Amino acid sequence: MNEQAATPQTLSELDRPNSYIGKSVPRPNLDRLLQGRGLYVSDMELPRMVHVVFVRSPHAHAKIVSIDTQPARKMPGVVAVVTGEELAAVITPWVGVLSHLKGLKSAPQRAIAIEKVCWQGEAVAAVVATSRAAAEDAVEFVAVEYQELEAVTDMRAALDSATPVIHASLGDNLAFERTLDAGTVDAAFAGSDEVVEAEFVFARHTGVTLEPRAVVADWNAAEARLTIYQGTQAPHMVQNIAALHLGLEEAQVRVVCKDVGGSFGIKVHIYADEMATYALSKHLRRPVKFVADRIESFNTDIHARDHRCWGRIGVQRDGTITAFEIDDLTGIGPYSMYPRTSAIEANQVVNLVGGPYTTKNYRARARVVFQNKNVMCQYRAVGHPIACSVTEELVDLAAAKIGMDPVAIRRRNLIADDAYPCASPSGLRFELLSHHAALNKLLQMMNYDALRVEQAALRKQNIHRGIGIASFIEVTNPSAAFYGVGGAKISSQDGVAVRLDAQGAVICQTSITEQGQGSESLTAQIVGSVLGVSMEKVRVILGDTDQTPYGGGTWASRGAGIGGEAALQAAKVLRRNILEVAAAILQSTPAELDIANDAVVNASDRTPRIELRELARVVYFRPDTLPPGIQPELMATRHYVPRQYPFAFTNGVQASWLEVDTDTGFVKLLKHWVVEDCGTIINPQLVDEQVRGGVVQGLGAALFEKCIYDERGQLTNANMADYLVPMSGEMPDIDVGHVVSPTAESELGAKGAGEAGTAGAAAAVANAVNDALRPFGAVITEIPLTPQLILTALKRI
Amino acid sequence: MTTPHPISLEVNGERVEAHVLPRINLADFLREHLKLTGTHVGCEHGVCGACTVRVNGEIVRSCLMLAVQVNGASVETIEGLSDSGEISDLQAAFRERNALQCGYCTPAMLISAQDLLKAKSEPGREQIREHLSGNYCRCTGYQAIVDAVEATARARKSRDKSRAP
Repeated sequence: MNEQAATPQTLSELDRPNSYIGKSVPRPNLDRLLQGRGLYVSDMELPRMVHVVFVRSPHAHAKIVSIDTQPARKMPGVVAVVTGEELAAVITPWVGVLSHLKGLKSAPQRAIAIEKVCWQGEAVAAVVATSRAAAEDAVEFVAVEYQELEAVTDMRAALDSATPVIHASLGDNLAFERTLDAGTVDAAFAGSDEVVEAEFVFARHTGVTLEPRAVVADWNAAEARLTIYQGTQAPHMVQNIAALHLGLEEAQVRVVCKDVGGSFGIKVHIYADEMATYALSKHLRRPVKFVADRIESFNTDIHARDHRCWGRIGVQRDGTITAFEIDDLTGIGPYSMYPRTSAIEANQVVNLVGGPYTTKNYRARARVVFQNKNVMCQYRAVGHPIACSVTEELVDLAAAKIGMDPVAIRRRNLIADDAYPCASPSGLRFELLSHHAALNKLLQMMNYDALRVEQAALRKQNIHRGIGIASFIEVTNPSAAFYGVGGAKISSQDGVAVRLDAQGAVICQTSITEQGQGSESLTAQIVGSVLGVSMEKVRVILGDTDQTPYGGGTWASRGAGIGGEAALQAAKVLRRNILEVAAAILQSTPAELDIANDAVVNASDRTPRIELRELARVVYFRPDTLPPGIQPELMATRHYVPRQYPFAFTNGVQASWLEVDTDTGFVKLLKHWVVEDCGTIINPQLVDEQVRGGVVQGLGAALFEKCIYDERGQLTNANMADYLVPMSGEMPDIDVGHVVSPTAESELGAKGAGEAGTAGAAAAVANAVNDALRPFGAVITEIPLTPQLILTALKRI
Repeated sequence: MTTPHPISLEVNGERVEAHVLPRINLADFLREHLKLTGTHVGCEHGVCGACTVRVNGEIVRSCLMLAVQVNGASVETIEGLSDSGEISDLQAAFRERNALQCGYCTPAMLISAQDLLKAKSEPGREQIREHLSGNYCRCTGYQAIVDAVEATARARKSRDKSRAP
């Protein structure tokens, strides 16, 4: 795809007068959030609701010798104190494996630990009381005796024979291993002019959603039905899992998702304490509320990354990349998370390294090991930041080795824009990408040549600035290949139902969810455009398993591409149905009619014929006036799932311009650029803001964020003062540009955009820091790039 | 410790009489006693800024203040600032610029931004970033928020100019 195609392609149903597609319209219903009138789970109260607070292990690895709950039970307001053994009668354990990740193993995990705890923060008992404060008071009176065991903390030692095995039944601490050998790697390296290698270290970090995880579970014994109010990205997945482990039918579980205070993948998993809350509600026959506090969030929200990845690259003097090889090691805590597993990230790293480039020679090994740290799992851009950083830093190291400009080496090796469809050495299938067009646009936006001149001039004044570039590919619109084929009941299809109400407004129910990305807006934009009604008349209902069609939800950059296509197809059917009724009323034919501005009009001259409000009145209240044989269907439902490609790959490129203070080691981000190709753009503003938000999460990982564990497995910075996150003062302005290569698999042509920013930001920053440090001969291949790390590399400390 | 204390204060212009435990903080008092859930709790140790409210005209972190400390004070929350119309232009700018995603930081972000806009008629982007640097937003990356605050400042300045004699 070249730059001439940088405007959305013509779409029969969408490229209409007053179409909202491609327009930056404000999201509907923002006033609710702007005025503090949202309804987050943290805000919810139900009659007879009680609060649960968990007694959590202070040890990373220990036997539970005894638990004395008697003193706590006598505390004011306490309703119950429940141990793992008691709760085991209500809810069954689970094992986080998927059959398509061959060899992946994990141990049964329980809602509340029995006999043994495997990470600091694992719950050992639940205290339920009439207020959260009363429950917290009583937690202090639950006496738990532990026998501390040796903690497995360093992932490099996890597989040593001298290291204790965390789950004896598994035999060792290896959860998963995957190897790949494509092309002729040894010959390619042997024939390379230069081979460069490095070990890349990625710290553990976490999501830090501003609203912690929160759930209200309401078991109504008289209805034999559980209603779960939860800030989740995947309501139907939660419904399935809760029913499965509580011994219920899915019809007995309703999951409702109102406003969610940030998710980013943190809220797409099944957590033990949430399962315990569902079970406690069933056990106590009343609503139970759990809201994690900030320390619990740091200790129990999934952590991410935590990789040590050795890599090497072969290159010829002319810049041709001959081969990539990686050996990745990642520590996932004591259990593979449920139900998506903790092997997906390492699997993605193997899939994605070298992805933007033409070389067919690629060898990889990834090993996933257990540790006595908090669980690790999928967080925004799963695996992409690791793969992108390893690839792009290797490319820069190779360029430096042969004295080539980082742009020149990329131009020489990026897959040509006219080479599609094609596949990567790891078997990824690319329908249509635009690496070169994206890179050209980026260089133009950042004025690359001028920046190089400025950089050289400033170096003479002892000011050290760097430019870093990172190309990337991104997995979006996943088909059943992601989870379904592995046996997880996580739907890859989504459904949308649209109906015309009795006043000509539109009600739309969709199975994708909203956590602020704009799912509601894109659905209303598509439905409004296809139907010819104004967005204000489209009401979108999401996040309720009783109210919406069945579907996957919002994760893996799938909402717009999959849920959006379902909305488009459903709206087309409703439009056809409306025109059929209108033709009958107007003694015309559907082909002669159209809908625009909330009215049926003549297709030829746009003359209004009948308002939708009037049409609805006739259909619902005076059907006796319709011709015989007409049965209007003013509601339509359609589902969609990609079938041709397992994933709709997107691509993009990022650049960072920054300054390193070589005396203090501080990095000042000056500017960041992104060019992204997510196919059809439904709402440019929302896409750009997804990219910006994603970039800043990547910048946090690049510079600040790290869960610091000591050798006993204690998380030493589990608070927001010691765990640093990006704040407004340190963040740069981010320019976003686009190339548009729609997927031909759907009529909408949209691919995902939610994770692209996070995928490449850290790689761009790391390359920029190393570019700034090049005169000093220092190379850093670890993030976060703390002042300590930089000063150490500069041999200042 | 466990004896409720009487307090009397004004919240969003309404008189409030209550009996509170000495240990309850202002954020929990607003949310749990008065059901003013627009004040959000993010970290409960004064870092994230999500619980920012106004007490006697000054912005404070309501998780770091005890309810007994606001005895006799005037407290304003997002609900009050919305109903009075004081920040309606700022809210509109946030809406137009999509300066919020999940919305959890937004009420406090608006209150902090209004605090700056009242003190400075035309703050630069760096000043805006600096003033908001105690309010954590995980979604937006901040740029849209800075844009919205900057646009509001400009609009207010030109409005004030046009009103000048």
